[in-house]
Amino acid sequence: MSTPLPDHDQARRLLWQMVRIRRFEEKCVEMYSAQKIRGFMHLYIGEEAVATGIIEQMRPEDAIVATYREHGQALVRGVSAGSIMAEMFGKQEGCARGRGGSMHLFDAKTRFCGGNAIVGGGLPLAVGLALADKMQNRQAVTVCFFGEGAVAEGEFHESLNLSALWKLPVLFVCENNLYAMGTALRFTESKMDIASKGDAYGVANACVDGMDVLAVREAARKALETAREGRPFLLECRTYRFRAHSMFDAELYRTKDEVAEWKKRDPITLFFDSMKAASILSDADLTAVEDEVTKEVDESVAFAEAGTWEPVADLTRFVYSEVKPS
Amino acid sequence: MSATEATRKMTFRDAVREGIRSALQNDPRVFLMGEDVGHYGGCFAVSRGLLAEFGEERIRDTPLAESAFVGAGIGAALAGMRPIVEIMTCNFSLLALDQIMNTAATLLHMSGGQFNVPLVIRLATGGGKQLAAQHSHSLEGWYAHIPGIKVLTPATLEDGYGMLASALADPDPVLIFENQTLYIMEGELPANAGPVDISSAKVRREGKDACILTYGASLPKSLEAAAKLAEQGINVEVVDLRVLRPLDDATILRSVAKTHRVLIVDEGWRSGGISAEIAARIQEQAFYELDRPVARLCAAEVPIPYAKHLEQAALPQVDTIIAAVQNLVRSHG
Repeated sequence: MSTPLPDHDQARRLLWQMVRIRRFEEKCVEMYSAQKIRGFMHLYIGEEAVATGIIEQMRPEDAIVATYREHGQALVRGVSAGSIMAEMFGKQEGCARGRGGSMHLFDAKTRFCGGNAIVGGGLPLAVGLALADKMQNRQAVTVCFFGEGAVAEGEFHESLNLSALWKLPVLFVCENNLYAMGTALRFTESKMDIASKGDAYGVANACVDGMDVLAVREAARKALETAREGRPFLLECRTYRFRAHSMFDAELYRTKDEVAEWKKRDPITLFFDSMKAASILSDADLTAVEDEVTKEVDESVAFAEAGTWEPVADLTRFVYSEVKPS
Repeated sequence: MSATEATRKMTFRDAVREGIRSALQNDPRVFLMGEDVGHYGGCFAVSRGLLAEFGEERIRDTPLAESAFVGAGIGAALAGMRPIVEIMTCNFSLLALDQIMNTAATLLHMSGGQFNVPLVIRLATGGGKQLAAQHSHSLEGWYAHIPGIKVLTPATLEDGYGMLASALADPDPVLIFENQTLYIMEGELPANAGPVDISSAKVRREGKDACILTYGASLPKSLEAAAKLAEQGINVEVVDLRVLRPLDDATILRSVAKTHRVLIVDEGWRSGGISAEIAARIQEQAFYELDRPVARLCAAEVPIPYAKHLEQAALPQVDTIIAAVQNLVRSHG
């Protein structure tokens, strides 16, 4: 592996984060089947290395803007699994009091600013967060996740331009999983090399193997350095979702062979095997991680189950602020 | 204190500019951004001179990218700033409608109360300057449909000046629609002008025979019509709605109960417009106060045309307001 190797604790943590996402989402599918979770639910399974590699390099003061496929980002950022599961159950103990659901996870404590389900809609928001941080001389970076489908939206281009023009600390992370819902990249982009689109706006850019958590981590480290110097960065992570787009997707647009081929590069297996080969992690580490995660996921379900329904009398709360700031 | 010291003679445009200047002076978190607000001085010259006074950081020219700079305003508001975003005309705001509706108006609710958006958007609105169908529409009633935002329509110098400070102090998104034809309106701004309430309608002229409910550019037209009607012995009350969301039902219903005849004058289109909403509320809450059906005078249901005579015919005018009131008070039954 060409990227720097982690020590045991770092490796164990990366593995732990990726396994958390995987097992949490597998549980989400189970809960969906049990009709505990409803609505749209988009799974990140297969893409775990991206959120893990990037968010593990962030600082507490940094902000995140994510998409509707954001369970992974929220978990790695430190939004509790219980509050995420409760959110999907629609309980008021959820991280958005059950008002948002799977697509709209929010957490002010960790500057996790959603959960935006309008493709491309989060990019301008990220530009504004970074602008405010810069104007107030805060050393924070805003990391904005979006899929390659968003690259076709005007807001992608407007936001890259604005961030470069105003020299803003934004890291744009394109999670290129090759399909905008069910339409392949080749049917939507005249030029499929996404990272290089940054060149048109003077935005530094790179493309990385999104199935390799160490490569993502190293790319994120460099990209965040650039952003902290006040220059935006566009990082394209080439990845693949192993599951359907949402729970309503018959997957008519891709072959089972293609999915099977990508699964050979499962980011968790890939990482663990390489760490084991390098004698950094052992089977015992994996077992311990799995046990910890199982416990956390089970507890998240128990927390969500024990959660309560917000009274219907509260329906119209939070349309306008209740307390005016002084 | 003499009258000249107590007031300053200026235009509505000056009053809006003074409001912005005052906000910039009073709060370092406030900044103005939008197309041509800086070096050009504002499409309608509202921000002329502010760049020299406050610099490029706080009077921020933007690319022609409404969605991005409105979204950036939302993000900046979330992270502690108090942005004033100017959208050149409300027609262009449709390019930013995703950010206004799907983000600014929804974030607080969608986040379970965690992320409020203290953003102010100023937009020019309205016809009457022969700018044709892509620069002349009145979309404030449309925006008033959206829960999560507030919609203000200043039509006096005091409101042009004072609504901004109140909007900036509000924790949630506020849209201020400034009618293009009002910018040249002259008047006196009290020297002690300050923030004004942004929750109530105001009776601008008392009367007993009928009431006109209106806002924006139709307010001075309605007041002129009322003055002429008074010469005919018809005493018309004129209510300046000022705030289209939330509507001040109480003030509206008081005037309805007092006059029993109601004309709504609105530069927006009639179908599905704010006039329809107001008429419905009156019907719901004061049906038995009415001596006549609620009357409406709205923009013709056309894209606003360029030719002057057609444009004027498309919008409520003093003579059509007078005719509508005369019809309303003529006789019973």
